[in-house]
Formats: sequence, C-alpha cells, structure tokens
Amino acid sequence: MSKFKKDGKKKLPAISTASLPDIIFMLLFFFMVATVMREVTLIVQVKAPDASEVQKLEDKSLVSFIYIGKPTKALQKKWGDEDRIQLNDAFAEVSEIRGYVEEKLTKIPEYKRKKHMISMKVDADAKMGIVTDVKQELRKANALKINYSTRKGYDAKK
Amino acid sequence: MIRETPEISAGSMADIAFLLLIFFLVTTTMDVDSGIVRKLPPPLQDNVEPPKINQRNIYTVLINSADMILVNGEPGSIKTLRDDVKEFLRPHYPDNPKFPETEDMELDIKGRKVLYHKSKGIISMQNDRGTSYKIYIHVQNELAGAVRELRDELAQQYYGLSFKELLEKDEDAAKQIQKAVPMAISEAEPADFGGNK
Repeated sequence: MSKFKKDGKKKLPAISTASLPDIIFMLLFFFMVATVMREVTLIVQVKAPDASEVQKLEDKSLVSFIYIGKPTKALQKKWGDEDRIQLNDAFAEVSEIRGYVEEKLTKIPEYKRKKHMISMKVDADAKMGIVTDVKQELRKANALKINYSTRKGYDAKK
Repeated sequence: MIRETPEISAGSMADIAFLLLIFFLVTTTMDVDSGIVRKLPPPLQDNVEPPKINQRNIYTVLINSADMILVNGEPGSIKTLRDDVKEFLRPHYPDNPKFPETEDMELDIKGRKVLYHKSKGIISMQNDRGTSYKIYIHVQNELAGAVRELRDELAQQYYGLSFKELLEKDEDAAKQIQKAVPMAISEAEPADFGGNK
C-alpha cells in the first residue's frame, strides 16, 4: 500500500543527450561570429614590440597588413636571415607595395576607401632602414593612415 | 500499405558539430589587433619649399644606430622623455624664450568663446637606418603619450573628462581639444651613419 516503497530494481533513466548538438552548435556559432579567419600564413617571424598608447583597430575589413621580419627558421636556408617584407603569402620587394595597396583598395567599397588603413606588423628586432623604405613607398602610394602593431604593457619608467 | 519511415538517429549530430567547432577553433584568431596609429605626410611636391620654422619651436629627438637617444643635442633617456616633451609642448604664456612661441586661438567651450594660447612647438624626430624598430616604437609611444596627457589635462580642465571619454561623448568638443594640442611630430628622412643597412 505504501506509496513511497522503493522499487529496488529500477535503473536510473539515461540522461537525454538530444540537446547536446544544440549546445555545441551554439558554441560553434559563437566562434564563427567572434573570430576572423586567419588570412595569411606567416613566413616571417614577427614579435611585435610593446607600447602603452595603443588604439584598437576597428574594422578589420578596412585594414591591410604588411609584415616585416626575418624569414622563419625553415625558410632561412633559402632566403637568408635578413629582414624581409611579406605581402599576402609571399616575400616581396619594396617596389611591390604600391601594387599591393592598390589591389587591396579595389576590394573596399568606394565610400569606405578613405578609411583604408595599413597595419605594419614589424618584428621588434628589425632595423628601421627597411621600415623607412616601406613608409616612403606608402607615401607614394598615398596610403597615409598607418598603424604600428604593438603589444600592450610597456612602461618607460621601469 | 503505408510503412512509416524509421526515424533517423541524431546521435552523430553532436560529433559533426564538434568537428566543425574544432575546425573553427583552429583556423581563427581571437587576438584583437591594436597599435599606435600615425598619419604619414603626403608625398612631397618638388616645387614646394618646406616652411621655415623658428629654431626655438623645434624639439629634436635623434636615435642613432646603437639605439641611443639625443635630445636637443644632449644625451637623453627614454625614462624622462615623456615629461620633457610635455613640458616643451605645454603652452608658456607670457612669452618665454626657452619655450616655443604661442599663437592665440579661440576655443568654443559649451558655446562660450575662450582664448587659448596654443603652443607652436614641433617635435622633430630622426633616426638612423640601423636603429632598431623596438626603440623607435618606444620613442613614438612616449611622444604619443605626452600629447595624449596634455589633451587629457585640457579636457579635464574644461569638461572634467579625459580626452577619450570626451571623444565618446562629444566629438566636436574633442576636435577642438585636438586642434589646441595637435600631434606635432615631424619625422625627418633617416640618416645612414650606422653603415649597416
């Protein structure tokens, strides 16, 4: 008669996993929205210098990147260990920068072109000579808004 | 006779979603890009003479190929650079021959016209081709920091806000401050004394 009599032999019901895909999909969508595709594979070593007066890059679709640094270890045999410029997926010479800027500019809708920005990702140990050459070339290409990519956390007083 | 179609098992759905998830995790970067924003001067026209600038308005910062800093002809240190630059760029009125000249301008603060003595000081920066990028960025950082702090002081004085907060709240007011304390940094063409390219 007792209502609360235990049914000793009954097993625990299995927890339904039907909602598991939904949870995973939610995670998936989060990552799809929150992230940007890595556009290029780096073939130069870039360890950005540190600074404190930094500004965030707002719209990544308006930013073109120029990488400067020593070739990666695997490529040093062939290319030597001098600082080099990387545009898109290949090493480039200074003279190729103009074409690169123009090519990137055509991908931006016309009304946004004024906001086009060049982000220079330069290795902290690179020499200014090559950086200056690139800057002069950018001036000629009329790409005047630039951004020196840095990491946070510098304090000159220390 | 209609036979019911058997239900398709959704058990592997999670696995598929996991695969996609891992793919996105691997191919994407989460890092927020940040850096020091600068504007390059437009390309030089051949027939235009550079404007003459009074020597006392110029504050020179030189960096040699051994990453040593020379400030106004004397060895300087990155540690004191920010404060020195701030002192130089802060308007000194009445006229003080040790500091740059000032120029009168009107600021429009909340509809009221305020007279402001804007400093004509310019930071001139020159480096060697052999200077390391790291020290160059550190100097740039200190110069930008000095200008930012001066803007903060002005914004604090008139609006009780930092420059950044003001920029978010009232863009026109922030532009006035920007005009009063311009980012007056001029970069000369680098010299090549260090020898190593």
